[in-house]
Amino acid sequence: MTDCERTELSETARRMRVHIIRMISRAASGHPGGSLSAVEILATLYFREMRIDPLRPDLPDRDRFVLSKGHAAPVLYAALAERGYFPLEALETLRQAGSSLQGHPHRLDTPGVEASTGSLGQGLSMASGMAMGLRLRPVGSAARVFALIGDGESQEGQIWEAAMTAGFHRLANLCVFLDYNDLQIDGRVSAIKDIAPLRDKWQSFRWRVEEIDGHDFDQIAGALAAFNGEQEKPTMVIARTVKGKGVSFMENNVNFHGQAPSAQETATALAELGHGR
Amino acid sequence: MAVESLRGAYGQTLLRLGRENPDLVVLDADLAKSTQTQVFAREFPGRFIDMGLAEQDMVSTAAGIALTGKTVFASSFCAFLIGRVFDQVRQSVCYNRANVKLVGTHAGLGVGEDGATHQALEDVALARALPGLTVIVPADAIETARAVEFAAATPGPFFIRLTRNNLLTLFGPEHRFELGKAPVLRDGGDITLVAMGAMVEKALAASELLAAEKVAAAVIDFSSLQPLDGDVLLRYARQTGHILTVEDHSVRGGLGGACAEFLAQHAPVPMALMGMDNQFGRSGKPEDLYAHFRLTAADIAAAGRRLLSRP
Repeated sequence: MTDCERTELSETARRMRVHIIRMISRAASGHPGGSLSAVEILATLYFREMRIDPLRPDLPDRDRFVLSKGHAAPVLYAALAERGYFPLEALETLRQAGSSLQGHPHRLDTPGVEASTGSLGQGLSMASGMAMGLRLRPVGSAARVFALIGDGESQEGQIWEAAMTAGFHRLANLCVFLDYNDLQIDGRVSAIKDIAPLRDKWQSFRWRVEEIDGHDFDQIAGALAAFNGEQEKPTMVIARTVKGKGVSFMENNVNFHGQAPSAQETATALAELGHGR
Repeated sequence: MAVESLRGAYGQTLLRLGRENPDLVVLDADLAKSTQTQVFAREFPGRFIDMGLAEQDMVSTAAGIALTGKTVFASSFCAFLIGRVFDQVRQSVCYNRANVKLVGTHAGLGVGEDGATHQALEDVALARALPGLTVIVPADAIETARAVEFAAATPGPFFIRLTRNNLLTLFGPEHRFELGKAPVLRDGGDITLVAMGAMVEKALAASELLAAEKVAAAVIDFSSLQPLDGDVLLRYARQTGHILTVEDHSVRGGLGGACAEFLAQHAPVPMALMGMDNQFGRSGKPEDLYAHFRLTAADIAAAGRRLLSRP
C-alpha cells in the first residue's frame, strides 16, 4: 500500500467515524462501540478491495459484503454513503420512522445492503450461501463474498454450523473478518463465555486463518492479499480491535455498546475526530 | 381410488423442474431419502447440497444462495424446518424476501411411531404469522406437484407442508393450482367441512356418512392457508350456516384459527374446530393416533351432528 493510499484510507475512516457519531447522536440510539471498531476493515473493503459499482448495485458479478453483526449498521451506512450508494444527508435519518436506514440493515430499504441482518449468527450462513450460489454452475462467477462477524456473535451455534459448511465446501471465495474487540453487552467476552482459542477453532474447521491488528490498513490489506491467493479454503481474518476506537471515552468502554452519546459527549467526540476544524 | 405419496410427487416434480431450470438448487439436512429430494440429487449432484444436520445453517444458506439469483428449495421434516428454525425462516428468508421454497414433510400426527418430537403440530400457525410467506398444505399428490410447480415459478418465500403418508388422489392430472383459491370437493347446504392435508380425505368420508343421514355436507380442501380464500369461506358460511374445520395440527393458529379469524370478522356463524388443542402427539400407527385423538371420519361426522344440533 502506498503512503498516498494509506493517507486517503485514513481520511475516509475519519469521515466514517464522524458519520457514525453524528447519526447515532441524532437518532439518540444505536451501537457506536462495535461500529467504530470496524471502521478500518470496512473502509479497506469498500474503498480498496471490493469490485462494486454504486451506480449499478445489482450487477450479477459484484462482490458482496454481509454485515453479520447487524447492530453495527452505522459503520455500513457510513461506508455506503461515502462510497456513493445514497446521499450523505440520508445518514441524518437513521432509525427514524420513514427512514431508509433501519436500526439493523435491511436490503429492501437501503441500496448496497446485500442481506438483512440483526439476529446474530445468520449473516455468516447467508454469506456462505452467497459464496456457494456464485460459484454454482452453469453461471459460475468470479465474485467474492466478504462478511464481518462479532466476537460475542461467535457464541451463537449457527456460526459454527456455517463454519463447518464453508470449510467443508472449500468456499475459497469467502473472506470473513472477526471484529475481536473482546466486549459484549454484559462485559468482557473472555469473562462471559470465552471464544478463545480462535485460530485453533477456525483452522480445525478447515479455514485459512490470518491474525491482524484490525485498525492497521497494511495488515488488513495483507490479509486480503492472502485471501486472494488462497484457492482451497475460506479465509478467517481475526482482527484485534478496540471497541469505540477513535473516541477516547468510548474506547474499551462497554457502556457504549448500545448507547448513544449525549450532546456534550458528541461534541467532545467530534472534536477528537477533527470534525469542523 | 389410488393412494399416492406426496413426497414422491415432490421429488419427481423437483426432478422435472430441475431439467427445465438450471438455476434451481435443492438443499436438505440429512433427510434426502425421507423428503425425496434424493431424486433430484441423483441427477443433479452439482445443484444439490446436503447440509448435514444443521437446519438453521441450511435455511440461512438457502437465503444466501437465493440472493445470488437462484431458486432454492430446502427440505426437512416440518418440525425442524419451521419449528426449530423459526427465526431463520423469519429473518433470513422472509425479511430478505428471499426466493426460498421450504418444503416440509412428515407433518402432524401422521408421522406415527416416531412420536411427539417429530410431529409438527404448530408449524402452520408459525408459518402463517410470517409476513410474505405463502403457506400451502396440499391434500394429494397432484395438488403437491402443482403447488411445487407454482412455487418454483413464483418469486418469494413459500412453505409447503407435506405428509409422510400416502393419501387418496383427489384430483385429476388436469388440476390447476390457483393461489388463494380453495377447491370445493363436494357441495352441500347443511354444513361445511373445511379440511387441510391428510384430513381432507377423512372429511370426504365423513360427508358420505352424513349423507346417509340426509345431512348435506360441503367439503373444501383448504390448501391455501396464506393467502387465505376468504371468498369461499364467506360463500359457504352463508350457504350452510355451519363451519367445521378439521386439521392434523393445533387448532390454535392453524386452519381452525385462520378460518375463525376471518369468519368472526366477516360472517360469524356457529363453528367447531377439530384438531389438536393444547397437547402433544404420541407414538402409534397413524390411524390409531387419529382414532385416539378423535380425528377419524366417524369423529368428524359426529362433530358435524353436534354442531348442527347446537341450540
